[in-house]
Amino acid sequence: MSEVYKIAIVGSGPAGMSAAAHAASKGMSHVLLEKTDHLSDTIFRYQKGKHVMATPAVLVLRSDCDFDAGKREKILEQWDADVKAAGVNVRYKAEVKAITGEKGAFTLELTKGEPIRAENIVLAIGTQGNPNLMRCDGANLPHVQYQLDDPGEYTDEHIFVVGSGDAGIENALGLAADAAQGNTVTILNRSADFARAKKANVDNLMAARDAGRMTVMTETSPSLVEPGWITVETPQGSSRYKCDRIIARMGASPPRKFVESCGIAFASESPSAFPTLSPTFETTKPGIYVIGALAGYPLIKHCMNQGYDVVEFIAGTTDLEPADEPLLKEKLQGLPGRRTVSEWLEFLRSRVEILNGLSPLQMREFLLDSEVKAYKADEAIFIRNDQGSSLFGIAEGSVKVEVDPSNPNITVPIGEGSIFGEVGLISGRKRGATIRAAEPTICVEIPRMAALKLMAQVPEARDTVNRITSERQVLQIFKSGLTPADISEVLASAEVMEIRPGQAIINEGDVSDDLYIIRSGSMIVEKNLGGKPVFMSYVPAGSYSGEMAMIERAPRVATVKAAIRSTVVKLPADPFRRLLARKPELAKRMYDEMKARREINAFIEEQKEEFGGAVDMYSSVANFLIKQGIGEATDVLLIDESLCVGCDNCEKACADSHDGLSRLNREAGTTFANIHVPTSCRHCEHPHCMSDCPPNAIRRGPDGEVFISDTCIGCGNCQRACPYGVIQMDKPPPPKPKLWEWMLFGKGPGPGQPPYEWRKKAAKSGAGAESPKLAIKCDMCSGKAGGPACVRACPTGAAIRVSPDAFLSVARIEKGAG
Amino acid sequence: MTQVGGHHTERVRQRTHEGFLRHKGFRWAQIASLLCLVAIAVYFFVAARLSEPPSGGSWLGYVLGTISAGLIVWLACLGIRKRVITSGHYSLKAWVSAHVYLGLSLVILATLHTGFQFGWNIHTLAYALMMLVIVSGALGIWAYATLPQRLHGNRGETTRKQMLEALESLDKQLHDLALPLDRNGAQIVRLSLEETDLGGSFWKRLTGSYGDCANTRALRQMKALPAPSDPRQAEAVDRIVTVLEQKADVLGLARRQMQITAVLEGWLFVHIPATFALLAALTAHIVSVFTYW
Repeated sequence: MSEVYKIAIVGSGPAGMSAAAHAASKGMSHVLLEKTDHLSDTIFRYQKGKHVMATPAVLVLRSDCDFDAGKREKILEQWDADVKAAGVNVRYKAEVKAITGEKGAFTLELTKGEPIRAENIVLAIGTQGNPNLMRCDGANLPHVQYQLDDPGEYTDEHIFVVGSGDAGIENALGLAADAAQGNTVTILNRSADFARAKKANVDNLMAARDAGRMTVMTETSPSLVEPGWITVETPQGSSRYKCDRIIARMGASPPRKFVESCGIAFASESPSAFPTLSPTFETTKPGIYVIGALAGYPLIKHCMNQGYDVVEFIAGTTDLEPADEPLLKEKLQGLPGRRTVSEWLEFLRSRVEILNGLSPLQMREFLLDSEVKAYKADEAIFIRNDQGSSLFGIAEGSVKVEVDPSNPNITVPIGEGSIFGEVGLISGRKRGATIRAAEPTICVEIPRMAALKLMAQVPEARDTVNRITSERQVLQIFKSGLTPADISEVLASAEVMEIRPGQAIINEGDVSDDLYIIRSGSMIVEKNLGGKPVFMSYVPAGSYSGEMAMIERAPRVATVKAAIRSTVVKLPADPFRRLLARKPELAKRMYDEMKARREINAFIEEQKEEFGGAVDMYSSVANFLIKQGIGEATDVLLIDESLCVGCDNCEKACADSHDGLSRLNREAGTTFANIHVPTSCRHCEHPHCMSDCPPNAIRRGPDGEVFISDTCIGCGNCQRACPYGVIQMDKPPPPKPKLWEWMLFGKGPGPGQPPYEWRKKAAKSGAGAESPKLAIKCDMCSGKAGGPACVRACPTGAAIRVSPDAFLSVARIEKGAG
Repeated sequence: MTQVGGHHTERVRQRTHEGFLRHKGFRWAQIASLLCLVAIAVYFFVAARLSEPPSGGSWLGYVLGTISAGLIVWLACLGIRKRVITSGHYSLKAWVSAHVYLGLSLVILATLHTGFQFGWNIHTLAYALMMLVIVSGALGIWAYATLPQRLHGNRGETTRKQMLEALESLDKQLHDLALPLDRNGAQIVRLSLEETDLGGSFWKRLTGSYGDCANTRALRQMKALPAPSDPRQAEAVDRIVTVLEQKADVLGLARRQMQITAVLEGWLFVHIPATFALLAALTAHIVSVFTYW
């Protein structure tokens, strides 16, 4: 049997490579296992010439390999040289399929070749996962491949592409693009349509099929692969075709299953959870360490530092100062108490309830994302109607909540160890009350992404936040001097429910009487009038629905359904009725609100009889806008096509107020009844773009704008995540000549985004430094007095910005539903 | 995130909205009308007491002339305001609204300023140019008020880029389909591919007259071809006819779009040069008045 290595490192990305280089330079026996035939596959697969960023800039790099921002090629070259210089023992094309054994005696089974034995294992396999494999017979033949690097490589072949996602379609189009290559291309799709792919790709595919450049076979799957042939199952039966090459693009499965099969536990069931780690990156399986993206650190610098650190830990170093120590030191200086970084970490962890379950390592990472702040007595922490989605934990002192906007002297205290700001976190809506420090107070402010990560990692934290949220939300919605004790009976039987878009929580005519609180998302209320569902109102998060049937014990008068994916809290009727009986003030309040809602309903019904057209129009416009995602928007640009002359001054204004790049496309987008929804950011309540931003560069600003800060690394995740296509990857064009020079002498391209040709020419003549393509999107002209330039610059008043709750109100019927 | 009392951006969320003509409940229409009414009232009140009719040289003439000249210069500044995107509380819609109504009020103000004295001189030239600017502007108001619906109704949700891409894709199909054809047939397809003029001159776009369109000719000739005996060629001809018809549809859509856009822009080709000419004539008018007084 072969030698037993001290460390086996799986994966040669920045983390694994750095670990191997450090092991080599320390003279430890090691092996670096890489699945492909080159180092760092994720970065290798970046497109040619991509500029790779090195963020966070303040973090010091501690690794035996060098890394600086620059072109992909340069970085890969550097790493190849560093790995060679360090004398790393690399084993290429070594894919690990199973890990068995215990600390000191692990065995790594490879898909090919002898197993490898090691005392310790470092998993640095990232989160890309492995491509899903074809499962039919013959799928392991050499002409089946799971990647296509260069479609121009193959000529005069019969090629089958398996898979109906964007990757498969793009590969198939690439192979068929040049008729001179003489390829006969067929794409197989297991289902009838291409639902997972982008519309543009599907259109191109259909055009290529119609032009006879390729064959598209739907409801077809491969059943047998033989050299030179493929057999497929179609709805008409099976057929055998000539086939020289199969490109299978059927998605990838995340590595979690493999990691768990090694005996490593994850923090929770949530798909966003990471493995549970000790301060030395050791997993719950002693001897196996996890670093890099798989450990929850997607940035290259973090990964490389961890590679260095983990080798030090395995070598027995115990007093290694973490590389982020200076960052934390800087963050915590100036706070009262003269604590060291680790004292602070322990202070916060033990004091704030939701942080109790964090490990020191998690605590460290958590604090990098969060802020610790000290407040003087009576200092405002946030103010009612501020935008904000961060969560606060009280480490020392206490705060007071001004529950009554008209009288700041009425306050409710929140004590040490508890949290506040959770409603903003969960619903994405504005702050419901002003909160001030009641005494000198130290709080930790947790941004939304860090808070969500925390909830995914620590189930107790999630439960605590959920419990407190329900309680506070009920108190806040119903006010009326209720105390937590009053509502404990109602909450005891409350149920949190996830609602799909379009799913109804209340059906018109049903006999049910529960009350619903909209925690996140939004609902629309519809009533059947004259055989047609008519839009009655829009219920945003932070309000309630269903009170009429509860109070009057009558059947439901309207249908309430989710406009977008929503979370609601169902409060059973009986305990709530008992609460109403105990609290006449609450009963009066709800009765008044019910009366107001009933008046609106009556108004619409009455209008429907008299001016059916106006109501139909209002209803259908509302439905159209909901379908366009306005239900999750907080601020959206609409264009009234009865006024728009197509001058594109909105786009020009946008470009001229944002480094020469327009963040909106007026012409694109959908239209209904004169209302055009251009391709422009809606500033969603829970922005899709924020969901996977490695440097956490996407934030919500003080006015609710979702913006991308300059820490963007240009990875493009947000562009892919945005369902509305409003994010583009681009670099700012070279500066234009001054406007008066254009006006007087015709110099430069004039107002607006310069055309591509001009940019190319200007970039060539100006010896500017290479700049990366970064994600750009609307920031609602943040910080500019006068507000968004697109609206200010519209000469006819066609461009307006609206928030859905205001725009979808009945006031529009009275105005003729224009 | 928790900055309190920091610098916030002005919110411009609206529930309902008004176009430039109705801006703020016709505020500028009211101001302009009031201005005209006052000018008319003063003119006839003063005129009744003068031995001669009031001319540009009377004190009233100077007042009206100064107001009118000031207005003309300010109205011309819209061209700058539109292009200089500064931050700050301005609304181009409000500017346009004021531009329209104050511009129309010049018909009254400047006419009263002339005292109805016209002649073959620089003064009347300035007046005539001003009227030309106003009339072309009125055309613009008509275009802006009526054409947007047609502009957007025509294109539906197809963007300009998509129209061009559609044409490109149809051309590609034509090219591939023509491969099996004989020389004669290929020549016809080439006619459509190479000679079709999408836009053409401004006049062509404005009038939308493409009677000699190469694609139309190609379609006609292709249909007139005797049916080829080779079934492969016959099928190709059939499909080419279909594609040529599709191309004609897309061309029609794009040309209608260009026609409406041409009307929306066309009046500016008179309005803007006439404005520059007016500014020049106005300068000459003022200089000559003060020089030869």
